[in-house]
Amino acid sequence: MNTSLLMFLAFVAVTLAITYWAARRSTGSSAYFAAGRSIKGWQNGVAVAGDYMSAASFLGIAGIIAFQGYDGFMYSVGFLVAYLTVLLVVAEPLRNAGKYTMADVLAYRLKPRPVRAMASLSTLTVSTFYMIAQMVGAGALVSLLLKDTGVTYQSAVVGVGVLMIVYVVFGGMLATTWVQIVKAILLMGGTILLSIFVLAHFDFSFAAFFDAVRHVTYTGPDGARITQDFLQPGLRYKPPYGALDLLSLGIALVFGTAGLPHILIRFYTVPDAKTARASVVWAMAIIGVFYILTTFLGFGAATIVGRDAIAKNGGTNMSAPILAQHLGGDIFFGFVAAIAFATILAVVAGLTISASTSFAHDFWTNVIHRGTERAPGEEVKVARVTAFVVGALAIFLAIVLGPTANVAFLVALAFAVAASANLPVIVFSIFWRRFNTRGAVAGLGTGLLASIVLILISPSIMTVDPPTVTGAARHLIQADPIFPLENPGILSIPLGFLGAFLGTLTGREPSAEERFNELLVRANTGLGAEKATTH
Amino acid sequence: MPRRHPEPEPGDLTPEVGAETDVSPLGRGGRKPAHEQTADEDRDVADWDRLASAPEFKRLLADKRRFIVPATVFFVAYFVALPVLVGYAPRLMETNLLGVNLAYLFALSQFFMAWIVAALYVRAASKWDVMAARVIEGTGEASNASGAARREGRDG
Repeated sequence: MNTSLLMFLAFVAVTLAITYWAARRSTGSSAYFAAGRSIKGWQNGVAVAGDYMSAASFLGIAGIIAFQGYDGFMYSVGFLVAYLTVLLVVAEPLRNAGKYTMADVLAYRLKPRPVRAMASLSTLTVSTFYMIAQMVGAGALVSLLLKDTGVTYQSAVVGVGVLMIVYVVFGGMLATTWVQIVKAILLMGGTILLSIFVLAHFDFSFAAFFDAVRHVTYTGPDGARITQDFLQPGLRYKPPYGALDLLSLGIALVFGTAGLPHILIRFYTVPDAKTARASVVWAMAIIGVFYILTTFLGFGAATIVGRDAIAKNGGTNMSAPILAQHLGGDIFFGFVAAIAFATILAVVAGLTISASTSFAHDFWTNVIHRGTERAPGEEVKVARVTAFVVGALAIFLAIVLGPTANVAFLVALAFAVAASANLPVIVFSIFWRRFNTRGAVAGLGTGLLASIVLILISPSIMTVDPPTVTGAARHLIQADPIFPLENPGILSIPLGFLGAFLGTLTGREPSAEERFNELLVRANTGLGAEKATTH
Repeated sequence: MPRRHPEPEPGDLTPEVGAETDVSPLGRGGRKPAHEQTADEDRDVADWDRLASAPEFKRLLADKRRFIVPATVFFVAYFVALPVLVGYAPRLMETNLLGVNLAYLFALSQFFMAWIVAALYVRAASKWDVMAARVIEGTGEASNASGAARREGRDG
């Protein structure tokens, strides 16, 4: 029993207690899917932050900055600025006009069945892919962090999967929200503490810190010592396509976040649009501070521990935990490792509930059964079964893929689909009177297809590996990539908008245009919006 | 209307879903609580077309557009400038400034840009809340605006 395991078990105990408490509260669709719309603004803001700051942020960005300097910080910037799109464009109209999912807004004036079917498909695609990336990451992380305790990759994946199923199946949105709140507070606490330790190492002198950042030394591939300015851009995104890839990444982040289903459904948990707005502001404060602090996490690891030592002890993703161990000993390492688990758990729970809500509400009730439930609580029951199935599938796939699988591209894919398929139809639906069902189906279809195809022919899938790379770490297609960028956003987002636009022009739909006034008034005034449940 | 909204058969005992209490009452006779209305059941909350053409509402939309469109163009341009300059003018971005370089300062400034735009938006939006409340008042709807008040009046 080491400290990481102990702290992790403490987190699990707290979250299970939350789930038990949430499950005992009254049930009903609104309670299960939207926590009775009773979450307060600051609570939802913290939960949005908890839902959003994944292990890819905490461990991944710290690792990229530690190894490739400045370019990693570009992720940090994009992840925050993205919330301006959420705040200015989607959050309030969505809350005012929707019920449980983003498809509700589309279904207002378009033909509900085809639109919901496509929206559900895109939601499930984003959620499942993102989840598999998180699960593989979780398993790999556990086997590194807990290697002394005999916890294997398989048991870690099963553990994370079972916990997320328990939260979502029994506790619904209320439990998921509080798991995310607890996790966000832990993550912020750990990050602030770690940053203070890093600054203390440099006697709280920013000048000394940045001076060290500009002279990072490590061993190059040929064994020679290299001194590198880590504030210099371009260490990750190299010519000829690096600059374009960076731009494509930035666009996908800024437009993708406003189309991520697990973030969007969070705005249905608050009583009204004003509270949704307040929660975005809370989230921006927390997320912004966190991503600024990645400077200290990443550069701290690069300067204090050094690339060589991190590479020997588990690689890029271990940068932050190893930094913690170096500065605060085993107890602090245990704390940071426990935070990393909590991070993964909260994010996968959010993904699971967004996938199951979309399947139950959009596909089962509204597409298959044309908007009626045949028995009381059927929608909730279907959602619970879906959560179980999705969770089991994610566990299975993560185990089959194994800890060395190259799954980072799944995160890029999730953001690309969200930006290229979901965002265009949400925006057109709220702002364009002429928009119709054909446009929505064409937009969702084009965005989804373009993102998947462009990823399939990108260097993430198509690369010729040297023979030293073996097993699941090898790229799926051993050939030169057809599309040179890792991030398809720069092409797939315009294609998504174009698909929605051209699809709309192929026909007219008077009923959709008639009901635009209704949507416009609802979205902008909140008239007729669903209120909090009073118990 | 292309939407199907099946009317309950007389004597249909399909239980009502998502009622206010944990116990779903049998039969569809009773009213659903306001927060469980579907869009179709909610259609008669207001005369949407009249509201949409009301001058107060048009003013609200114009006011929102006047802020949101330029603000969105600005933040997207400011953000896109970062990868563009970093990618295509790396020499310029490596200029030393304040012990760090221009690239890092520009990236850091994005955080403050985001917070400032968000703060300006919140300030503008509090004005829109007042305007929206006035639009709703103009309809004779209660300002809490859920269909419940109206429906209660009709049923009682």
